[in-house]
Amino acid sequence: MHIVIIGNGISGITAARFIRKAADHSITVISAETDHFFSRTALMYIYMGHLTYEQTKPYEDSFWKKNRIDLVNAWVESVDPAAKTVRLSEGASIRYDKLILATGSKPNKFGWPGQDLPGVQGLYSKQDLDNLEANAPDNRTCKRAIIVGGGLIGIELAEMLRTRDIPVTFLVRENSFWSGVLPAGESAMINEHIREHHIDLRLGTNLVEILADDTGRARAVTTDKGETIDCDLVGLTAGVTPNIGFLDGSGIETGKGVLVNRFLETNHADIYAIGDCAEQREPIGNRRPVEAVWYTGRMMGEAVAQTICGNRREYKPGHWFNSAKFLDIEYQTYGWVMSGKNRGPRELHFHWRHPEKKICLTLAYDSKTRQLLGANTFGMRMRHEVFDAWLTEQRSIDAVVRDLRVACFDPEFHRDYHPLITRAFKEHEPVNA
Amino acid sequence: MSLAAGPPKALNISQRLAVLLGFSGLFILLLATLGVSFPHTAAWLTASLAAIALGVVWFSWSAYAGQSAGIKNDGVWFKSISGRGIWAWGLGILLTGFYIVLYFYPEYLGLVSDGPNRGLVALFDTLSRALSGNPASQWFVYGALYTLAILAFGIKFIWKYRHNRYEILRTVSVMFFQLAFAFLIPEIMARLNGDLPYYDLKNIWPLNYYNFERYRVNGFISAGNIGLAMLIFGVLSILVITPVLTYFYGKRWYCSWVCGCGGLAETAGDPFRHLSDKSLFAWKVERWVIHSVLVFVILMTTAVIYSYLGPDNSKYWLSRGQFLTGVGVLLTAVFAWVMAFRRNELKKDARYGAVAYFVIILGLLAFHWLSDSRHVFLFKSETLRTTYSFLIGSIFSGVIGTGFYPIFGSRVWCRFGCPMAAILGIQQRLFSRFRITTNGGQCISCGNCSAYCEMGIDVRAYAQKGENIVRASCVGCGICSAVCPRGVLKLENGPREGRINSREVLLGNDVDLMQLLNEK
Ligand SMILES: Cc1cc2nc3c(=O)[nH]c(=O)nc-3n(C[C@H](O)[C@H](O)[C@H](O)COP(=O)(O)OP(=O)(O)OC[C@H]3O[C@@H](n4cnc5c(N)ncnc54)[C@H](O)[C@@H]3O)c2cc1C
Ligand code: SF4
Ligand code: SF4
Repeated sequence: MHIVIIGNGISGITAARFIRKAADHSITVISAETDHFFSRTALMYIYMGHLTYEQTKPYEDSFWKKNRIDLVNAWVESVDPAAKTVRLSEGASIRYDKLILATGSKPNKFGWPGQDLPGVQGLYSKQDLDNLEANAPDNRTCKRAIIVGGGLIGIELAEMLRTRDIPVTFLVRENSFWSGVLPAGESAMINEHIREHHIDLRLGTNLVEILADDTGRARAVTTDKGETIDCDLVGLTAGVTPNIGFLDGSGIETGKGVLVNRFLETNHADIYAIGDCAEQREPIGNRRPVEAVWYTGRMMGEAVAQTICGNRREYKPGHWFNSAKFLDIEYQTYGWVMSGKNRGPRELHFHWRHPEKKICLTLAYDSKTRQLLGANTFGMRMRHEVFDAWLTEQRSIDAVVRDLRVACFDPEFHRDYHPLITRAFKEHEPVNA
Repeated sequence: MSLAAGPPKALNISQRLAVLLGFSGLFILLLATLGVSFPHTAAWLTASLAAIALGVVWFSWSAYAGQSAGIKNDGVWFKSISGRGIWAWGLGILLTGFYIVLYFYPEYLGLVSDGPNRGLVALFDTLSRALSGNPASQWFVYGALYTLAILAFGIKFIWKYRHNRYEILRTVSVMFFQLAFAFLIPEIMARLNGDLPYYDLKNIWPLNYYNFERYRVNGFISAGNIGLAMLIFGVLSILVITPVLTYFYGKRWYCSWVCGCGGLAETAGDPFRHLSDKSLFAWKVERWVIHSVLVFVILMTTAVIYSYLGPDNSKYWLSRGQFLTGVGVLLTAVFAWVMAFRRNELKKDARYGAVAYFVIILGLLAFHWLSDSRHVFLFKSETLRTTYSFLIGSIFSGVIGTGFYPIFGSRVWCRFGCPMAAILGIQQRLFSRFRITTNGGQCISCGNCSAYCEMGIDVRAYAQKGENIVRASCVGCGICSAVCPRGVLKLENGPREGRINSREVLLGNDVDLMQLLNEK
């Protein structure tokens, strides 16, 4: 059996690896982004000079041959489910018995005037990084950068540019950074932290237009506050959408992404979709139908590999978890801590913040049962395994606070904040409304 | 002067002035080396060392103090000095040259064996006299500069990692051990008790492979109780202290908290840690080379001790026959234990290697019993010793190990050459409570941990599988944990059960947690 995988990101590659573990099928992975799988999450470290591109590759180049995974460097132009072929941009076609779509995402563009000018770019692919190196190699070439969109990639881009001393103006539509996801206290702390890094954070500000100079390059932006800000680079980081344009007309059903059931099967037998480009027909718990994170791509890759190798298996992720780093502050989350209007009527929060340092913790729990719903930590590491078990046990917030030390994952000799947290929790009790 | 290349990583004015100050201190040392004789050596030496130290501290202050605490590896690959650029090669050649002169041509540094010193060594005479009462030797000069490097760059390291108390404490510890145990105490002991051999107490056999030579053993014995206590401590530290500490804490108690070689690598070598080779090939080479060095040092020490023992107990309480039998029994016991209980924890080639080495050693012992025994092990013990001290003691540990920091990374010696690291590593792999745990499914395979592992461990390979890391070579520096942007790694001592594992449940799909919970 010949299995063709479009996309060499984490989901496609995980699928390939697990298929190889379980069976002897021939496997072909197609992508024109890079010859070998690299870690997209590490793109920023290349620009910042922490890592070389080579160091972001999780497997040595000899790995692919050894595991008999054929790599094809090409773009897929279209898929023909009837003939079971994919057509490459150079014109060649490849026949498949099973096809896995793992084409990831592309940066959102909301139809801003000037969004396609040179000097305007997103940060998603290796090519984007190469562009950035050309657009903003140093602070003489790029005297100011504007970043549009206050999410995880936006703040990464801001951090990257600051390491080359490029002045950055960061336009965030919301009134506080990432406030659609983070509760108010945490979001406020990150606002402070962003400003401490000399990033010109403009909250509640929208991009209106990107202006071009005589040569047609981006030279400035205007905002809905009526300002015009000069710049040499505009980074568009207002989220991502599934990268599935090439499927138009193939008959593969799509919504925002490629529609799949819990077995990651599309409307065509023998075609599957995984990772960022897949959209669940039915939501799984509180999860969004399209999950653009690394971990879920990996889980889907593993699940689809099992299914293809005859061990039909649902995509069944456990408790939600995620992590990120905001400049110098590490963030981890387990379960669900909802913000703003997403917060249900019975969801209460215990929020603790260190009196001086940028360290905080939020525990969400149910007002009636006192069951733990989720945890957010900043500047503090928690043990995944422990929180996972607590969520499964439906442990009460009281027991969680009492045993928090068990979950601590900070390096040895780190300061122990648990006494402070316990005290704060006791004082927090009366506010339980 | 600019240390930058490629994308901008230029130094700011304050950093440039700091570099200037540091280099002016080095310049005084250079002038002295070239034969300029300074009038007030004490003053000039102080000025020179102070300028170097202040330069480094000032540089660190202007690099890190103004920034918020956190990992600051910005631009390491862009800087010529840390990105294998021209400055790196220049520094590598300079250091290597220095080591060659130090080991083989100390007269160029101004060492005079029958008369007052000249040049660089003379500059250090006052300091040496103040400490031990003797004029300086090239080793004293080296020791002083080495200590200075660990102290000054130790401060830099602490500044850089000030958000991490593990790193701070560990660094204070290596700074202390270098200053007190390696530098001051031996010098002062030499003053108090002239008969005792120079003994850096934290240097344990096989690192101080010369410790059981005849002149030292005689020295210890003739120095009375203190000497005898030191000799006994020397033996105990190998057979008891080391294994016990390694059982509880892994080899890091030594490699990252005490050892001077490690101390230099961690402090002065820190800017070069990402240069170590992480390939599988390098790992293979490493395993063979380091264990061969270990076998070599065991053979050599056995031969050396053997060579001055008598056929009966008239000279020492130990005779040749008893000694060789003892060595044979000890090695057999260790080998048998490993093969019986820990065989499965070794890679296949390690298993073959262990068998091969064991057979060789026993073969040589047998050869001794069957032949006339003027030459132990086919070689003269003296030849073995000089070969070892030339190849391993100087070329490997000094010239390549340190001289090549800017090219091969900071722990080349610890990784490929150090027999002490080999012994501790075997202990760590086979029976320690130490491991690095991974935080469930949080790894994003970014590669920071692997890149900044000075021992060339592909940490990510384990982390992304959710496996604990129990590699023999890990020195427990904790940097992988520090640089991980997702908080995935933690150095821990814990029960031995379940030390090597993989928690697929958190990593992958199909987590039936209720079922899992019920199984527990
Ligand atoms: C800068 C950045 C930082 C991130 N940080 C985090 C993080 O910290 N944590 C986290 O969980 N997630 C993070 N993410 C998101 C995470 O990287 C993605 O969710 C994940 O990489 C998606 O993997 P994938 O395999 O689905 O797709 P991708 O990794 O996007 O791989 C898809 C591949 O398919 C190729 N392709 C697409 N179309 C075609 C075609 N027609 N023909 C051939 N090839 C094609 C693409 O070029 C690409 O190589 C980050 C993303 C970015 C951009
Ligand atoms: S694995 Fe981590 S702690 Fe061990 S030597 Fe490497 S970086 Fe240091
Ligand atoms: S363990 Fe941390 S540093 Fe290492 S690859 Fe995973 S996320 Fe990156």
